[in-house]
Amino acid sequence: MAYPGTPAPRLTEGAGGTLPLLAYLALATVLMVADQRGGFASQARQHLSTLAEPVWWLASSPGRLAEGAHDLVTTRSRLLADNERLTRELQVNASRLHRLAAVAEENQRLRELLGGTRGYRLEAKLAGIIDVDLDPSRQRILLDAGSDDGVRVGQAMIDAGGVLGQVIEVTPRRATALLLTDPEHAVPVQVARSGLRTIAFGTGRTDMLRLPNIPQSADIRVGDRLVTSGIGGRFPAGFPVGTIEQLHPDDTRLFVVAQARPAARLDRGLEVLLVNNTLDAVDDGPPLPPPPPPANEAPQESPAAATATEGDPAPAPAEQEPTP
Amino acid sequence: MNRAPSGWLVYGGLFVGLLLMVVPLPAGIELARPYVLAMVLCYWLLETPEQVGLGTAFLAGLAADLVSGTLLGEQALRLVILAFLVQRFRARLRFFPLWQQALAVFALLLNDRLVDQAIHAAGGDGWLPWATWLAPFVGFALWPWLFLLFDELRLRSRDRAG
Repeated sequence: MAYPGTPAPRLTEGAGGTLPLLAYLALATVLMVADQRGGFASQARQHLSTLAEPVWWLASSPGRLAEGAHDLVTTRSRLLADNERLTRELQVNASRLHRLAAVAEENQRLRELLGGTRGYRLEAKLAGIIDVDLDPSRQRILLDAGSDDGVRVGQAMIDAGGVLGQVIEVTPRRATALLLTDPEHAVPVQVARSGLRTIAFGTGRTDMLRLPNIPQSADIRVGDRLVTSGIGGRFPAGFPVGTIEQLHPDDTRLFVVAQARPAARLDRGLEVLLVNNTLDAVDDGPPLPPPPPPANEAPQESPAAATATEGDPAPAPAEQEPTP
Repeated sequence: MNRAPSGWLVYGGLFVGLLLMVVPLPAGIELARPYVLAMVLCYWLLETPEQVGLGTAFLAGLAADLVSGTLLGEQALRLVILAFLVQRFRARLRFFPLWQQALAVFALLLNDRLVDQAIHAAGGDGWLPWATWLAPFVGFALWPWLFLLFDELRLRSRDRAG
C-alpha cells in the first residue's frame, strides 16, 4: 500500500499522532500489568464492574425473554409431566438423603472415636447464572449474586452433577466464577475407589480435565470416579469431579497422564450451588490415617504439588464417598 | 454539508458494539464472534475523525474490558492500535470501493487478533483456541452491511437535523 508521490499531506497528522499513541499504549500496558499482578487495578476493576451491570442485563435479556415465552406457551400436560417427574426425583433424592444422613452420622461417630477434630458444616446457597458470554479464551461465568448476598471469593461452586468451579471475583451484586476446565484452574482430587490423591487441571476444553504426574504404580483405571479430596480446604471433600476416560504414559515414561470427563454440566446450566466449608476446627487435611497430614495447599497450585501426592491406598474411601 | 452526526448515533453505535460482545451465542459459534465494537469504531474513525480518536478508542476498550472480563487495558491496547492504523491510512481507506475496504478491515482485524495472541502469550495464557481466528473472516463478511447500515443512519439523522 505504498504511495510513492504523496506522503506530504498526511505526514504531519501522522507524526502528531505517534506521541499520544505511545502514551495510550504505555497506559494500557501499565493497567494490564497492574491487573495481572492483582494490585490496585484489580481493586478498581472490581468497583468499576458495577458499571458493566446494565450491559450484562441488556445482553442477557433476549435469553430471559425466550425463557419467559417458553414458560407462557408450555402446555398443561407438559407441566403435569414435569411435575410428576420432579416429584419422583424428589422422593428418590429424599430417600438417598436419609441414607446419607445416617452415613454422615456414622462417619462423625467414627471420627470422634479416632480422636479427629475435623468437624465441618456445609453451607450452601443457590445462585443463578447470567446468560452472557465473557471472554471466550478464559472459562468463566457470571453469577447473579454478589457480596450483598454473602458470596465470597473462594467459594466452591457445584451443580447437580458435581464440582463446577470457584468464585474468583465479587462485586456487590455480581460474582465471577472460574470454571473447573479453565487452564488456570486446579482442584485437589481423590480417586473414589482407591483413595489415590492427585490434582486435576483444566484444559480449556469444556469436556476434559487433565491429571498429570500420576506414578506408574498408582492404582487408577479407566472409569474410576474422582471426588474432591478437601485438601486445602477450599473445596469441601467428597463432591464428584469427573470420570477417568483415558490413561497414557507421559513423555518421560515415568508417570501416567490421565484424562477425565467433568461430572458437572459445564455447558449452560441455569443455577449453581455455592458451598463453603465452615471449619469448626483447624483444617488438617483429608481424614486419612497416615500421620503426616499434607499441609494447606491452595487449589491453584503448581504441578510440583501434584508430584507430592502419594498413592497410598486409603482405607477410608467408603466414608469419604458414601453416595452410590 | 460537513455537519457532524449526533453524539447519540456515535456513542449509541459503540454501545451496541459493546453489547454484542457479551450477547450469548450458541456454544461453538461464540469463539468466532466478530469484533463488532472494533468495526463500529473503525467506521466512526473513517467518517468523523474530529469526533472519534485514540482517546475514544481507549475508553471504549476499557469499557469492553470491564464488560467482557478481560484484563483491564487489554482491549484498550488493541483498539488504540487499531485506531492508530485507521487514522494513518484514513485518506486511502475512505475512498476504497466497499469490497476493498472490507479487505482492509479484515487485515486490521487479523492484526488485532495477532496483538491479542501476543498479549495472551505475554500473560502466560498460551494459545488462543483456533476458532477465534475465524472471527476476522466473519468481520470481513459483515463489514459491507455494517458500513451501509451506518451510512444510512448517519445520512438520515443529518437530514432530520438539517
